[in-house]
Amino acid sequence: MALNYILFAFFAVMAIGSSILMVTRRNIIHSAVFLIGALLATAGIFLQLQAEFLFVVQIILYVGGIMVLFVFVIMLVNLDVSMRLVQFNRQKWVAGVLALVLGAQVLFALWVGRGELRLPAPAVDVSPRNTEAIGQALFQHYMLPFEIASILLLVAMIGAVVMAKRRV
Amino acid sequence: MGAPITMIAPDYYLLLSLALFTIGVIGVLTRRNVIIVLMSIELILNAVNINLMAFSRMWGSVDGQVFAIFVITDAAAEAAVGLGIILAFFRNRETVLADEMDMLKW
Amino acid sequence: MNVQLPFFLDRIWLIPMFPLITAAAMFFFGRRLKNNVVSMLCAGSVFLSFVFAVGAFFQLLGLPVGERVASKILFDWIPAIPYHTLGGRLANFVAPWGFQLDPLSSVMILIVTGVGFLIHVYATGYMAHEGGYYRFFGYLNLFMFSMLMLVLANNLLVLFVGWEGVGTCSYLLIGFYFHKKSASDAGKKAFIVNRIGDAGFLLGIFMTSALLGTVTFNDIGPALAAGHFAWGDPRITAIALLFFVGATGKSAQIPLYIWLPDAMEGPTPVSALIHAATMVTAGVYMVTRTSAIYQLAPTAMAVVATIGAATALFAASMGVVQNDIKKVLAYSTVSQLGYMFLACGVGAFTAGIFHLMTHAFFKGLLFLAAGSVIHAMSGEQDMQKMGALSKKIPVTYWTMLIATLAIAGIFPFAGFMSKDLILGKAYEHDALLWAIGYFTAGMTAFYMFRLIFLTFHGQSRVDHEVEHHIHESPKSMLIPLVILAALSIIGGWVSWPEILGGNSRFVHFLEPVIAMPHEARVETATGASSRLGEIQLMILSEGLVVLGIAFAWYLYIKRTDLPKKIATSLGGFYRTVYNKYYVDQIYDAMFVNRAKDLGLALGAFDRNVIDGAGVNGAGWLTRAVARLSMWWDTWIVDGSVRLGARIVWLFSYPVRMIQDGLVQSYMLLVVIGLIGFLAYYWHIVHQAVR
Repeated sequence: MALNYILFAFFAVMAIGSSILMVTRRNIIHSAVFLIGALLATAGIFLQLQAEFLFVVQIILYVGGIMVLFVFVIMLVNLDVSMRLVQFNRQKWVAGVLALVLGAQVLFALWVGRGELRLPAPAVDVSPRNTEAIGQALFQHYMLPFEIASILLLVAMIGAVVMAKRRV
Repeated sequence: MGAPITMIAPDYYLLLSLALFTIGVIGVLTRRNVIIVLMSIELILNAVNINLMAFSRMWGSVDGQVFAIFVITDAAAEAAVGLGIILAFFRNRETVLADEMDMLKW
Repeated sequence: MNVQLPFFLDRIWLIPMFPLITAAAMFFFGRRLKNNVVSMLCAGSVFLSFVFAVGAFFQLLGLPVGERVASKILFDWIPAIPYHTLGGRLANFVAPWGFQLDPLSSVMILIVTGVGFLIHVYATGYMAHEGGYYRFFGYLNLFMFSMLMLVLANNLLVLFVGWEGVGTCSYLLIGFYFHKKSASDAGKKAFIVNRIGDAGFLLGIFMTSALLGTVTFNDIGPALAAGHFAWGDPRITAIALLFFVGATGKSAQIPLYIWLPDAMEGPTPVSALIHAATMVTAGVYMVTRTSAIYQLAPTAMAVVATIGAATALFAASMGVVQNDIKKVLAYSTVSQLGYMFLACGVGAFTAGIFHLMTHAFFKGLLFLAAGSVIHAMSGEQDMQKMGALSKKIPVTYWTMLIATLAIAGIFPFAGFMSKDLILGKAYEHDALLWAIGYFTAGMTAFYMFRLIFLTFHGQSRVDHEVEHHIHESPKSMLIPLVILAALSIIGGWVSWPEILGGNSRFVHFLEPVIAMPHEARVETATGASSRLGEIQLMILSEGLVVLGIAFAWYLYIKRTDLPKKIATSLGGFYRTVYNKYYVDQIYDAMFVNRAKDLGLALGAFDRNVIDGAGVNGAGWLTRAVARLSMWWDTWIVDGSVRLGARIVWLFSYPVRMIQDGLVQSYMLLVVIGLIGFLAYYWHIVHQAVR
């Protein structure tokens, strides 16, 4: 039990810390690296929740795919120039305050409902057959969304290619 | 196999999710560099995923996880397209600053 | 009167019609007719009128004395319009187109048609080589019509129609040679001066209508009696004076005589007919016709007599120094007309008409003979260039001499009878008036014989080329001369003075027409008749006349150098008289130029005020209004449009501020909306979160 908490705490701190750092860095590459860190921390959370498949998918897809793509694009963009410019825009104070207000609002809701979320009687353990369960759910109940997601990916692929071409 | 691992209270996961969400929102609203804005959006999506996973674990069903897969898929597609847009814009205007992308203003 | 009138009396309306028809014929197709056709038609129509006049006269004589009136009404000209007179009586304003023959008008039509016919015949010879032959005779016949309407009218309005008609014809005929500026100016002058007199005459007619309630001659007497007007009533005096103003215009008395001398610009037959025999006598006729009014206004009668006498003297003085043969005769006419008004003014209306008749004979003859002289002299009218013509144009000479004897008043020629009658009546009334008339008679004799001596006697001062062409006039011109000469001799015998054994038939003939003088007047007549008897007056007049003739003989036959010496020695005075006392110039300065100034002033007013302020002002006003309208349109109308647009623009501000094209600001709005939504949903709707 205690290991749960420790692991959770570890990954949580790592996630929050990385994300704060990500948002505040001047150097975009640093931001990207910290986002990777945050994503890895999130993957750890997934694992800690005994969602192995998602843990793997998170790392391979998110970190290995999306973040690599990010880094490629960062390289293509004028890094040095943007590092010297002002990093935060004019609405930073208002935006910050409002975001915190939003957060506080949800926090308030959470605070009021703390302890309401009860785990159902035995915490069902689905870990040994997680991937299988996901596979079954995906290809039985969620077939249509699956296909649609694939179309979505196709469209995105075409769009990205068209967008990034030299001359249309 | 071992003994089933009990989940800690879901509240913590929700808090974590909220924190990441808020940081992500701050990043979206505050940073001038659109790449960092995109990365903040990924952060937000991630926060949502944590939320989904927590509840999936709580209820013991995989629906949440399937939903999370779809979220990740969507995030990937969106990141690809978004980065393509940024590249195209950069080629045209030599800038990646959100402040300078106001051609659609009145 | 239901009795059928005798033939000519029933047809007196034809007498003016004959010349009217031929005048109309001349107007419509006179141009196409040959001269002899024109002569036949025009002279013939006048002759026809004369025949009817003679017939009517004799048939009138056939009527008993008290009933010698024949009326004929052709149609209702002005229908009865009821109105209230000044005295409050209800009267009808009515004027039929009526003709009336009574002793007075019968005398007039005989004179007009008789002398008129002779002059027409004369004119056929005189105007034979002039252009516009048919036009001349057309005008002449139109004049005959107007004059006959004037004398035959039975009310003031029809008389006025004739009055205006003769004035118009006078203008047309004086300005017959309209290419000559002096002729057309003279015509204008005659008409305008006449018009001034007509204004007075019209006012008199209005007052008559307003006061007496009638304009018909026969009703004026009864109306005066019914109105119980006092002798010397100022209103009656006013009417009489206004009528006299008209008479001074038409009959060339002071102050409106100035047109007559200038009227000599017209052809000589015109001068003879219109300005000697007929038109100028219209004033005398009119005064006699309305004698009933004058008899009630002694002040007016005094004015008439005084002006008549003064004019006689004044004109005679100017006639003494004139060199143009026709001008001498013109001033003589003015002077003789003065005698006629003198007669009327002292109450001897019949004497005035008598002199009118004899004057028509000898003055008409004088003018025609002068025309004959001018014809013989190839157009020369200046007596200083004549002389010793008596043997060369004998008929002209002898007829003119007879006329001169008549006008001088030598017994027993016509002029003696009438002039003597006037002087006699004047003496009974006022010695001063008689004296003026007496002295003027002497002057008349003097200047008329001056004319004879200068023209026919003495040395010939004729231009060489003219001398070759001197010839007697054709028969058409000579025969009227002879006939008029005969009339100048015997014309006065119709009223042989009683004192010499005659019966004054003429005077008695006219008496019924003339109103009886007011009783009071008879007593105020001066008792001068006791001082000098009629015979003595006659002898005195004859004596002065002979003296005048002798003086003329002396100056112009015996010592022909004297006139010039007298003229130079009298210097300024002579020049004043020669220039007609500068009356024309005075009138010009006082009236004519003032009228022209008024015209110029009105013209300037029209240009500057009406065109300037009015038209240009209207333009300026329009432009000003347009500017105002433009201002309104620009600032108010457009302004409200722009105001609307500005309001929309103002309202768009928030929207513009929001829509800045920056995604992050839109994101911010999303966040704000999210906060709001959550607040609403959680806290308000569901009360879920306390």
